[in-house]
Amino acid sequence: MTVPVLSLRNLTVEIPSRHGVVRPVDSLSYDIGNGEILGVVGESGAGKSMAGSAIIGLLNPPAHIAGGEIWLNGTRIDTMGREQMRRIRGKEIGMVFQDPLTSLNPLLTIGDQLVETMLTHLPISRSQAQHRAIDALKEVGIPGAKERIDSYPHEFSGGMRQRVVIALALCAEPSLVIADEPTTALDVSVQAQIIALLKRLCRERGTTIMLITHDMGVIAEAADRVAVMYAGRLAELGPVRDVLTQPQHHYTHGLMASTPLAAQGQKRLHQIPGSMPRLDRMPEGCAFHPRCPNAKEKCRHETKPSMEGGRAACWYPVSAEAVA
Amino acid sequence: MADTNLPLTERAVEKGRWQRFRESDFFHAFKRSPVAIVSFAVVSVLVLSAIFAPLITSTNPFDPSTLNLMNGFTPPMEPNAFTGQQFLMGTDDQGRDVFATILYGMRISLFVGASAVLFAMILGIVLGLISGYFGGWTETIIMRIADVQLTFPSILVAMLIFGIAKGITPVEYRDQMAIWVLILAIGLSDWVQFARVVRGATLVEKGKDYVAAARLIGRNPWAIMIKHILPNALSPVLVIATISLALAIIAEATLSFLGVGAPPTQPSLGTLIRIGQGFLFSGEWWILFFPACTLLALALSVNLLGDWLRDALNPRLR
Amino acid sequence: MLAFIIRRLGQSILVLLVVGLIAFSMFRFVGDPIDNMLGQERTIEDVERLKRQLGLDQPFPVQYFKFLQGAVQGNFGVSYRQGRPVSEIIRERAPATLELAFVSGIFAILLGIALGVFTAIRRNGIAANFIMASSLIGVSLPTFLIGILLIYLFSVELGWLPSFGRGQTVKLGDWWSTGFLTESGLKALILPSITLGLYQMTLIMRLVRSEMLEVLRQDYIRFAMARGLKERAVNFHHALKNTMVPVVTVIGLQLGAIIAFAIITETVFQWPGVGLLFINAIQFVDIPVMAAYLMLISVMFVAINLIVDILYVFIDPRLRADRAGAH
Repeated sequence: MTVPVLSLRNLTVEIPSRHGVVRPVDSLSYDIGNGEILGVVGESGAGKSMAGSAIIGLLNPPAHIAGGEIWLNGTRIDTMGREQMRRIRGKEIGMVFQDPLTSLNPLLTIGDQLVETMLTHLPISRSQAQHRAIDALKEVGIPGAKERIDSYPHEFSGGMRQRVVIALALCAEPSLVIADEPTTALDVSVQAQIIALLKRLCRERGTTIMLITHDMGVIAEAADRVAVMYAGRLAELGPVRDVLTQPQHHYTHGLMASTPLAAQGQKRLHQIPGSMPRLDRMPEGCAFHPRCPNAKEKCRHETKPSMEGGRAACWYPVSAEAVA
Repeated sequence: MADTNLPLTERAVEKGRWQRFRESDFFHAFKRSPVAIVSFAVVSVLVLSAIFAPLITSTNPFDPSTLNLMNGFTPPMEPNAFTGQQFLMGTDDQGRDVFATILYGMRISLFVGASAVLFAMILGIVLGLISGYFGGWTETIIMRIADVQLTFPSILVAMLIFGIAKGITPVEYRDQMAIWVLILAIGLSDWVQFARVVRGATLVEKGKDYVAAARLIGRNPWAIMIKHILPNALSPVLVIATISLALAIIAEATLSFLGVGAPPTQPSLGTLIRIGQGFLFSGEWWILFFPACTLLALALSVNLLGDWLRDALNPRLR
Repeated sequence: MLAFIIRRLGQSILVLLVVGLIAFSMFRFVGDPIDNMLGQERTIEDVERLKRQLGLDQPFPVQYFKFLQGAVQGNFGVSYRQGRPVSEIIRERAPATLELAFVSGIFAILLGIALGVFTAIRRNGIAANFIMASSLIGVSLPTFLIGILLIYLFSVELGWLPSFGRGQTVKLGDWWSTGFLTESGLKALILPSITLGLYQMTLIMRLVRSEMLEVLRQDYIRFAMARGLKERAVNFHHALKNTMVPVVTVIGLQLGAIIAFAIITETVFQWPGVGLLFINAIQFVDIPVMAAYLMLISVMFVAINLIVDILYVFIDPRLRADRAGAH
C-alpha cells in the first residue's frame, strides 16, 4: 500500500479558556491519498479550518495541538521545530485562504510576492524566479502575465486575485494544498472557474487537495471523497457519491436535506432543529444527539470511537431505506 | 447602549444609589485592578492633603510673618544649626518649610488643572452640541478651528494665549491675574477633544427617531440636547476629562516652570521646581526633589486612573 | 494627483492667512505699539507721526495686507526688548534650535521604530513588557523633569556632560553656527537631544507597536507565513512596510512638535535657540517676537503636513491609483 500524502491520527486541538479547556478539533483521523481531492464540510465552528491551521502549523496561541499525530508523505510533522516546519510550509504544503482581497500584501507587487516565495524554497536565481513567476501567472490564467507582474493587488478583480493566490500557493510545487473556503468570498459566476482551475492544476501536477468548504455544491463538483465534521469531530467519511446520495450519519442526512442542490424537487428545505453545541458546553456522548431524530440512550453516554463497520461515527446509522 | 441600561434604571427604584454602584460592573472592575486602586488611593491622598493643607501644616509658607530666615537651607530631618527646628522635607533659602510649600503648591496646581479642564469641558460640550445639532456653516467654522488648533501642540497654544492675555492685562494686575490667565490658556488649548466626542455622539443621536419626534412636536433644541443627547456622550467625556486633567496638571507645571505661569507669590508645583532647580548645583537637593516627586506622583496616578477608566467605561475608545 | 496637491496647498494657505490674522491682531491690539516704541515722554506730534509711519491710520484690511507683505519678505518689525529687527535675532538663533531638533528627531524616529517593532514582535516577552510599562511612565513624565533628572545624573553627580549652553560653535558661511564640529559642541547636544526626543520617541514607539500588532493580525501576514517565508521577511518586509503607512503621518506631526517642544528643553538647558527667545518674549510681552515665532512655526507645521500628505501617495500604491483615477 502506498503511503498517504497526509495522514491524521486522532488529531486534537485544545484552547484553554476561562471556563476550562475547549476542543475545536477532537480526535480527528483521516488519510488523503496521492492526487486525491478530499472535501471537508461542516458548519462554521465545526473545526474544519482549525484542523487546516493545525496541519500547517499556524494555530494562533493559545490554541495548540494537544494530542494525535500528523504525517506528511510518511514523515511526522506535528513534532517538528519552528524552522523545520517553516521549510515545509509553502514547499510541501500550500495554502489558499478564503478572501483574496485580504490575502495579498497591498504594498508589494504580485511579482515581488511570487519571486520572494520561490526564492525562499527553490534553489534558483532571481531572474529564473522572475521567469517562473510569469509562467505561474500564465498557468492560472492571468491575461497579459508579463505586463501585469509588476501590478499591485488592488489592480486586480477578486477572481483574478484568487488566481494570484493560487499561483502563490502552488509556485513552490507543494505535494498538498489546503484550500480553506477558496470560493466563499467570490461572485457566484467566478466560483466555478476557480474550482475548475484548482482541479485542473492539481490533476496536471498530481497535487493532493484538502478542500475545506461549507458548500455542498463545491464538494459535489470537485471532491473525490468527503469528510463531514460536526462540533470538532468527524461525523462521516466516504466517497462523495455515496455520502451525498446515501448519507449514514443523521447529521449528514439532515445536512443533505437542507441543501438546495440535493433537495431538488422538495417544496421546502429541511431544517435541522437546534444549533451546533457551543464548544464549552459539549454534551456527553455523541455531540449530535440533542438534535438527532433517532437518538437512543446509548447516544447520550457513549461516543462511537471509530468508523468500524460503516462510514459514519453513529451507533444507529441511517438505513438505506430511510433515505429512499 | 440605551437598551442595556434599561433594567438597571428599573432596579434603581428599589435599591439605593450606593448599593447600585457597589453592584455595578464598574465597581467590580475597579476592585479587580490593583493599578486602579493604588492610583485612586494616591490621587485621593494628594487631593485631600491639598484641600486640608491649612490643617496639616500650622504655617502658611507664604505669610511673611511666619518666616524665619535663620531656618534657611535646613536639610530634611536634621535640626537647624541656629534654631534647632526640624523639618520633614527641609527648608528653602527663605526658611520656608518645603513640605508646607508643596501642600500649598499642590492646591494651586490642582485648582488650575481642574478649573482648566472644567472650562475646556463646558466649552467643548457646548461647541460640540451646537456643531453636531445645527450643522451647516456653524459646524464648518467650529470644526475647522478645531482642526487647525489640533495641528499645533496644545502646550504651544496655551503659551501663546497666555502671552496674549498677559499683554492685554495691565502691568499692575499681571501677578494677581496670572492664575486665571493660566486657566483660560490651558482650557482654551484643550477643548477640541471634548467638542469632537460630543459632536460625534450628537450626530448619532440626532438621527434617531425619538429626537426627530421631539423636534417635530417643537421641543426647545437646547432641552433636547441636554436631556436626550448629552447623557449619551457622558462616559467618553468623563474619560477625556480624566486624561485631560493629567495633561492640564503637566501643562500648568510646564508653563510655571518656564516662568510663564503661576508667579512666585502664588507658586504651583511647577514654580517650586523652577525655584528648586537653582539649588541643584549647590547641594540643596531637597528643595527640588520633593516637589518634583509630588508632581510625578500626581501626574502619573491621574494618568493611570484615566487609562484604566477608558478601558473600563468604553473599550471602543481604545 | 496634481489636483489633490493643489487642493491641499489651498487649504494650507488658508490656514496661514488665519494664523497671520491672529499674529497681526496681536501686533495691533495687544499693548499699544506706540506706547511700546515711544515710552513715557512724547508729544502729540510724535504719536501722529509714528501712527502715519506705521500705517496705523489706514483701514484694517490695508494694514493686514501690509503686514502680510512684510511677513512674506521676512520683515516682522523690531523687537520691543532688544531694539533689533526680529528677523535678525531669529536668524541668529535658528541654527541652535534646528540642530537640536534634527538630532532629537533622528533619535526619536530610529529608536521609536526599533523599540515599537521589538515590543510588537516579542509582545509577550519580559523585556517588551518592561519597555511598555516604562513607556507609560515616560508619557506621564513632564519633559522638564526629564531634563532636570538628566542634568542631575550626568552633570551634577557624574560630571560627564555640560548642563547648559551649546559648547563651542563653528561658523559655517554667513550666519549658520554649528555645534556638530567641536567635541564640546557634540557633548552639549547629548542631554538636550535625549530630553527633547524622549517623549516623541515614546509616542512613536507606542504607535508603531499598536499598528504593527494590527498588521500582524491581517490575512496577508498569515498567508505570507503559510507560504513559509522566513520570520524576518514576514516581520520586516511584509509587516513593517504596512505598519509605516499610518505611522508616517504621526512622525511628520511629531517633527513639528519637536520644534515646538524645544521651547521647554531650551529653557531647561539654557540652549540659545528660538524657543528660549520665545519664552523670554512671553515673559516680557515682546509682541513682534511672539508674532514672528507664531508665523514661522505655522509655516513649518503647514509645510510638514503638506509633505506628509504627498509622501503618503508615494508610499501607498492604492492611493496613487485612486488619486490618478480621480481626475
